[in-house]
Amino acid sequence: MTTEELKKITVSKSVDARGTACPGPLLEAKKAIGTIESGDVMEILSADEGTKSDIPKWCGKQGHEYLGALEENGYFKVYMKKK
Amino acid sequence: MENSKEDQLSVAIISGDMDKIMAVMIISLAAAAMDTKVKLFFSFWAIGALRDPKKKAKGKNFISKMFGMMLPKGRNKLKLSKFNMMGMGPAMMKGLMKQQGVMSLDEMFKQAGELGVEITVCEMTMNLMGFKKEEIIDYPHLRYAGAGTFVADAGESSMQWMV
Repeated sequence: MTTEELKKITVSKSVDARGTACPGPLLEAKKAIGTIESGDVMEILSADEGTKSDIPKWCGKQGHEYLGALEENGYFKVYMKKK
Repeated sequence: MENSKEDQLSVAIISGDMDKIMAVMIISLAAAAMDTKVKLFFSFWAIGALRDPKKKAKGKNFISKMFGMMLPKGRNKLKLSKFNMMGMGPAMMKGLMKQQGVMSLDEMFKQAGELGVEITVCEMTMNLMGFKKEEIIDYPHLRYAGAGTFVADAGESSMQWMV
């Protein structure tokens, strides 16, 4: 997805994992995915660089759709759609 | 004959260093977060990380008592494999971890238990070092077994490591 599309996307769940380092954000994402429906979009906020590659890999393994990431000031937002 | 492996990670841990135990736990948590079954086998020095400092074990002979005194009493007393600096190293590492939002070993073990990471203790090396079951931490479904169990489980795993 393009940056413009990501900025306008409707998010069903936002996970703020900015206080934790690896493997925190991944664990938070795993806990949160159970609370949303198939087809819902989840946003993960993280300040940990590893998250940028962890989430796409996790999506690849579990069959979710990785949508992209946005850079913010000192952190970033990763977007994915539950399968 | 095609031998398809389970989506499973088996790790045999013999090192009792803080950094090694941390690395195993973090990777295990990441694997568990991705629904990979994790089976850990703690042997030799790694068993020190499973000692509960609040528990006492009685009936030890002299050598076992010596081992008990010389080896770390639990995961919060482990030394670093490098830059241990007589204990300053682990203290600095823990400070950095707190500062950067990295989970403590206590938190890692708690999460591992919640995520179903299995821990098996090598009964033979535990006896060698004179540790008793009464002084081992409480952990969900903790079990005691021999090398054969690890090898059998590892044979089914898609990933098999030793630390």
